[in-house]
Amino acid sequence: MIELEGLTKRYGEKTAVDDLTFTVRPGIVTGFLGPNGAGKSTTMRMMLGLDRPTSGDVRIDGRHYDRLKDPLTAIGALLDAKAMHGGRTAYNHLLCLAQSNGIPRRRVDEVLDTVGLTAVARKKAKGFSLGMGQRLGIAGALLGDPRILMFDEPVNGLDPEGIHWIRNLMKSLAGQGRTVFVSSHLMSEMALTADHLVVIGQGRLLADTSMPDFIARNSRGYVRVRTPQREAFLDALRAAGMAVAEVDGGALEVDGVPAERIGDLAAQHRVTLHELSPQQASLEEAFMQLTAESVEYHAHGAAPSDRRDGTDRPAAPPGARAGDGWGAGWEGK
Amino acid sequence: MSTPQHPTPPSAAPQWQAGSGPSYPGYTSPIPVVRTHLGHAIASEWTKIRSVRSTIWTLGVFVVLVVGIGLAVAGLVSGSATEVDYGQESPLSFGFFGVLLGMMCVVTLGVLTTASEYGTGMIRTTTTACPSRGRVLAAKSIVFFAVAFTVTFVSVTLVGLMDVAMLDGARQPTGQEWLKATLGVSLYVALLGLLSLLVGSIIRHSAGAITLMIALVLAPLVIALFMVAQALEWLRSGLFSYSIPSQIGVFYSTSLGDSGPSGWDPLWIAVGVTAVAFAGAVALLHRRDV
Repeated sequence: MIELEGLTKRYGEKTAVDDLTFTVRPGIVTGFLGPNGAGKSTTMRMMLGLDRPTSGDVRIDGRHYDRLKDPLTAIGALLDAKAMHGGRTAYNHLLCLAQSNGIPRRRVDEVLDTVGLTAVARKKAKGFSLGMGQRLGIAGALLGDPRILMFDEPVNGLDPEGIHWIRNLMKSLAGQGRTVFVSSHLMSEMALTADHLVVIGQGRLLADTSMPDFIARNSRGYVRVRTPQREAFLDALRAAGMAVAEVDGGALEVDGVPAERIGDLAAQHRVTLHELSPQQASLEEAFMQLTAESVEYHAHGAAPSDRRDGTDRPAAPPGARAGDGWGAGWEGK
Repeated sequence: MSTPQHPTPPSAAPQWQAGSGPSYPGYTSPIPVVRTHLGHAIASEWTKIRSVRSTIWTLGVFVVLVVGIGLAVAGLVSGSATEVDYGQESPLSFGFFGVLLGMMCVVTLGVLTTASEYGTGMIRTTTTACPSRGRVLAAKSIVFFAVAFTVTFVSVTLVGLMDVAMLDGARQPTGQEWLKATLGVSLYVALLGLLSLLVGSIIRHSAGAITLMIALVLAPLVIALFMVAQALEWLRSGLFSYSIPSQIGVFYSTSLGDSGPSGWDPLWIAVGVTAVAFAGAVALLHRRDV
């Protein structure tokens, strides 16, 4: 259990983390989501006692991190894959960590096996690929068999097989009753692993909700219809009391109605359909909508001007690419 | 480089024991909880210092310089000098030159012991594993000091024995001279290395800290060399006699000038400066973010 209370970090004028209050609970995977520069890593560093909060408090199982008498068996963290001396072998890197916490030497071999690095245990870490470095960092996190695990962007640099592995790893760790806290800037990745979601932007808490709730609230389900008798069918749909939107390319989008009912309606009115497809707006879109105001670094020419409409329904903007549901985006981005 | 084998599912994680936990629910590990102390940190730092190549390199070069130059000088002297040339000089004093050069290696290793952790990012892992920052610095200091002292002591003792054996025309050194040229020099060099370690912790940048330490060792001497104005004579002689090479010379009775430290004074000066640096480094560690 990790408890944050009004956690704030300022660097001079700039506020990196602004009054964060939330709780990370055991037994589930909690996703920590935010665009680049939102303050995720700063928050995690404060949890680990690396950075001191300007104000507020963060407690690990009720204690401050630097009061833990057994830090690595309480909490294991992967901060970044490069937090190691490249000239040291994987085995020695883990050994010095184990020794500093009185963890038996055999655990080093066990975790090397768990992450699949046994073959390169005696190789220097500087020769490792990003993915192998990431695995070594994860081995360090697992070393003390801790109650709490914290991963900062764990899928960075992993191949699809490695990504699949880490997802299962996190789920099984949570299944054993551990607290699992994982940061990411990819909504699609979180949708596949997290049970609970904490979203921050510019250091401020934007959402603290369960994953099913977030999906239910933010992913707009609708049916796309294309027909040569567009005007006639539009009237029929409206007459039946359905919310219809006309989108570019001549298609219609019908909100909140099962496709079957629309098909039946078309049959009644003897309308020919060229397309009748249920769609789900991507969570990625919902996430971008949620954080659009707080994105710190965005490319010029791609300013999300059409998302600053202030509506509280963060559905995909009309015309947005909505065909690829959540979960489809992580490879391409 | 072979690719990592396909990882097994995390079956290595021991079973979850329900119930019996503390007031906070969740997973309880079968690994016994150990209350960590300084001993754990020292074991960890020992593994760290012996598992990087820079330790082997710097200490290897140190031994080569101290022993090599020590023997070369003794060889030159014994080849040309007569009994009269030695005068009252102790044969041990020829060990000075090797130590003077070799010292730079100890300074470098001292700086790297702390500063390289900041350079590589290892410090975040270290601090996560041992949140007591003062304990980490103390463990590093103890391990480094022990290593530097042992290596220096063995090297200078070897050189001393060789000097006495090769320069049979010179007088036998006294017990006090032996003590200063072995124990005294080793303690002084190890302390200088420890000071470098602390400077590395304060500066957090290897190249910067090494430059600063080399300047500290050499600058007073070099500045004094060019200080010709009569009015600055007092400063000049002070810089000479308190410069680090001259203070090492005190242990070999070859210091520059008579006004400066004598006997075991350099050691007490080094202890004082290092203690102040340690207090400063600890204070900064507690104040700064990692």
